[in-house]
Amino acid sequence: MKTFDYRRATDVGTAVAAVAADPGAAFLGGGTNLVDRMKLGVASPDLLVDVTRLPLDRVQELPGGGLRIGATVRNSDLAADPVVRAHYPVLSQALLSGASGQLRNLATTGGNLLQRTRCVYFQDPDTPCNKREPGTGCSARDGYTRYHAVLGASESCVAVHPSDMAVALAALDAVVVAVGPDGERWIPLTDLHRLPGDAPERDTVLRHGELITAVELPEPVPGARSAYRKVRDRASFAFALVSVAAVLRVADGRVRDVRIALGGVAHKPWRATRAEEALIGAPATAEEFERAAGIELAAARTLRDNAFKVPTARNTITAVLRDLARGGDS
Amino acid sequence: MIGLLHTRSIGADVERVDGRAKVTGAAAYAFDQPVENPAYLHPVRSAVARGRVTGLDTAAAEAADGVLAVLTHRNAPRLASTDDTELAVLQDDAVAFHGQFVAAVVAETPEAARRAAALVAVEYAGEPHDVVLSADRDDLYAAQEPEEHGDVDAAIAAAAVVHDATYTTPPEFNNPMEPHTSVAVWDDGGLTVYESTQGVHTVRPVLAEVFGLDPERVRVIARYVGGGFGSKGTVHANVVLAGLAARALPGRPVKFALTRQDMFRVAGYRTPTVQRVRLAADADGRLTAVEHDVVEQSARIKEFVEGCTKPTRGMYAAPNRRYRQRMATLDVPVTSWMRAPGECPGMFALESAMDEAAIACGLDPVEFRVRNDTRTDPDSGKPFSTRNLVACLREGARRFGWEGRDPAPGVRRDGDWLVGTGVAGSCYPVISDPGSAAVVRYGADGRYQVSIGAADIGTGAWTALTQIAADALRVPMDRIDLRIGDSALPRATVAGGSSGTTNWGTAVVEAARAFRDQHGVHPREGDEARGEMRENTAKEHYAMSAYGAQFAEVRVHAGTGEVRVQRMVGVFAVGRIVNARTARSQLLGGMVMGVSMALHEHGVRDPRFGHVVNHDLAEYHVAANADIGDMEAVWIEEEDPHVNPMGTKGIGEIGIVGAAAAIANAAHHATGVRVRDLPLTTDAFVR
Repeated sequence: MKTFDYRRATDVGTAVAAVAADPGAAFLGGGTNLVDRMKLGVASPDLLVDVTRLPLDRVQELPGGGLRIGATVRNSDLAADPVVRAHYPVLSQALLSGASGQLRNLATTGGNLLQRTRCVYFQDPDTPCNKREPGTGCSARDGYTRYHAVLGASESCVAVHPSDMAVALAALDAVVVAVGPDGERWIPLTDLHRLPGDAPERDTVLRHGELITAVELPEPVPGARSAYRKVRDRASFAFALVSVAAVLRVADGRVRDVRIALGGVAHKPWRATRAEEALIGAPATAEEFERAAGIELAAARTLRDNAFKVPTARNTITAVLRDLARGGDS
Repeated sequence: MIGLLHTRSIGADVERVDGRAKVTGAAAYAFDQPVENPAYLHPVRSAVARGRVTGLDTAAAEAADGVLAVLTHRNAPRLASTDDTELAVLQDDAVAFHGQFVAAVVAETPEAARRAAALVAVEYAGEPHDVVLSADRDDLYAAQEPEEHGDVDAAIAAAAVVHDATYTTPPEFNNPMEPHTSVAVWDDGGLTVYESTQGVHTVRPVLAEVFGLDPERVRVIARYVGGGFGSKGTVHANVVLAGLAARALPGRPVKFALTRQDMFRVAGYRTPTVQRVRLAADADGRLTAVEHDVVEQSARIKEFVEGCTKPTRGMYAAPNRRYRQRMATLDVPVTSWMRAPGECPGMFALESAMDEAAIACGLDPVEFRVRNDTRTDPDSGKPFSTRNLVACLREGARRFGWEGRDPAPGVRRDGDWLVGTGVAGSCYPVISDPGSAAVVRYGADGRYQVSIGAADIGTGAWTALTQIAADALRVPMDRIDLRIGDSALPRATVAGGSSGTTNWGTAVVEAARAFRDQHGVHPREGDEARGEMRENTAKEHYAMSAYGAQFAEVRVHAGTGEVRVQRMVGVFAVGRIVNARTARSQLLGGMVMGVSMALHEHGVRDPRFGHVVNHDLAEYHVAANADIGDMEAVWIEEEDPHVNPMGTKGIGEIGIVGAAAAIANAAHHATGVRVRDLPLTTDAFVR
């Protein structure tokens, strides 16, 4: 690991100014991913600005309904928050399905969103990777691709975003609050992460020096139920092969409101808007759910090792919506 | 007959004597050793899988803060022997596998060493490499002459039922919690190494030869070892590199710990296997022929053969038997021991095939195995000293609730989960090697100092040897002052082949008997006696092996293909149990590792680069707590008067043998999908 400077920020403005002024600077949250990358030689910042002491560690109900989650709220605390558990169970379930207890105690809300792919080639400085070193090529595309993308990938990158929490937030229509040198802006969660295109080195639309300060959730959809289902070989402490976050409201046997997001399939949390459109007003039956899943997945492009993700996603979307419609747990 | 020891401490449920030291952090492992003014080593690894190092620019590394030396093949001290090519570190410019040590930085801190290692610029003349194993290769060579008893082809031609299928296991990597670590200290022309090893007396002669020293000038110390699973049973390049660095820096002890990624490069691993099994049976379900044809890989620089046909030789009666073992030589790191080498992958193939053959014969898989039990070792014709495979199958079936099992696959459902059960046999030979010695000395404190250069790699040897010494001397355990883990103590064999208790325990018993013969029951301070483990001549007359039966209940998700092991029962016939507590841990640990083998472990070697791409524990998965359901390991009473004075057979490895087959067989019963290629990941089942 290269030596680096460390500064502990006490207010947002100073933190933003410090990182914005130094191209080699990075914000440090819980460190559960950035420090790993530094040890692996994948990241080598000159300066770390620790933001975990900033006054951003609260979960607050918003006056007009909804919830504001501070960027330094730890994953464990967010998962255990009574309001989250009662009104946004999909978020609590997603958080608890991620990492391990020890990591969740450290990992922050903002850091979780900004964690980077665990593509084995990205994490190995000895192999070419367009995300790590633009222009060197993608080792994954013709390599080991069991964990890689089936939706929205490009010639230059087939990595997936690893977060569970972000998938739930995508289904909840969350909005990210970011502060940069030019002030504050609100970014829909689904617009925060990018598809790789020909610039896979850029995971998000954030500019250097912009700091996530909060995530805001709209008030819960009245009468809707939500759930998160993560599919993986190992029962715990493994990234998703496929995951599904869904919010569903059914009335008179028909789908009135539905939001579906997929994890483990794309460079970003994948909001399944085609499936949602196909379901609005449709009978809330397993057949319809499967049909809608098929519409969403029609665009899937598979690699050598990941074709199984398509039937896995189809079956899991179907099962999660079926269980939500039934009123049972998925 | 040997005359079994009268037992008081042996057999009890005894707390680990080293347990408190370990959980309080007082137990000093190799890297923890406080040495004067240590330096730290970090290696530079080859980025190509085959070729030559043509350029080395070490200037930036040498100029970096805290760097003491940069070793390369150009300046490293010459070794006295390079006969063992795995250990010929930095002796020439040849690269034989990706990740091989090609340079090393020694610095004042581990961080400085690591940072400077990244500054060493290495140029290569790469050559085309070949790392892909396939049974279709035209360059396979026979690791042993094909062996046939009877006429397999004729038996197959005449059989009522023939099963013929190929099973594969992937590369699997031993990953003990403690990576391989060495602290090397040169002084007065001698070398002392604190080493994470399964055998101090295994390491000493190897280092003596490599460095050209009299063995008496080499001392190896390993009082506590954080797991080995075979990877620390043979000497690997890491300790030689630490020794070279210490020799190059007089007065500076050198500490070197492998990274987790290095564990996938230089610490040994289990070869992938391709195993064709043919079974022929008559109309009554009696086997008439067994054929086991194995293809494996071996490193170009050093051959290691994983003897997968070994268990097939003694497991079932079949008058016609054929074994074949072929190898491909590849540009890969050296393969080596991993828990139950041979038996573990071999029994996945054989016991999967037995399940399929039972189905083909229309027989219950337990009954099919019972019907094919043998009272004599098929190859040698010798009787078994004891053999309780059938008793294990029966007892396991009773405990598991096997009776009344519906054999139809894919018909039991619990919500979205398909449920099935499976069984497999286990076996592991009783390995005994003469040559271990022990000394008993009566101390001033009224306790008996029992010394033997054995190693406890987490198995419980500290405790088991204390119990054995107590019974052999007929005193309570607290009168025993055991000393192990140091080559200054009497010679002991390696902690491998589940043989530690047999070999070391016998030496301890011999020493205790000699002590009582010479000094009686009222010894004086300083009285001592020595005893040695000699060849067990009963091996000429008896085949000796432990047996077991593993039962698994498995759920497979109908929509996603996720596989979960709900329940396992392992019943073992392993002779006498020395310590009921540590024995249960050993057997359960083997079964848990078997779950990992069945469901998770798969080192993915990228053929383009030649390295394992999932080379850490984030990506190379072993079972987590949530993967382990209700798991029971028990044993049946077995008195074997032929194996050794303790009546033990060895328990370190049998727990993993057969476990993966039981799980794969249960997954088939759950789904109707037969997976012959490990691991059983979701994609095999999702539709």
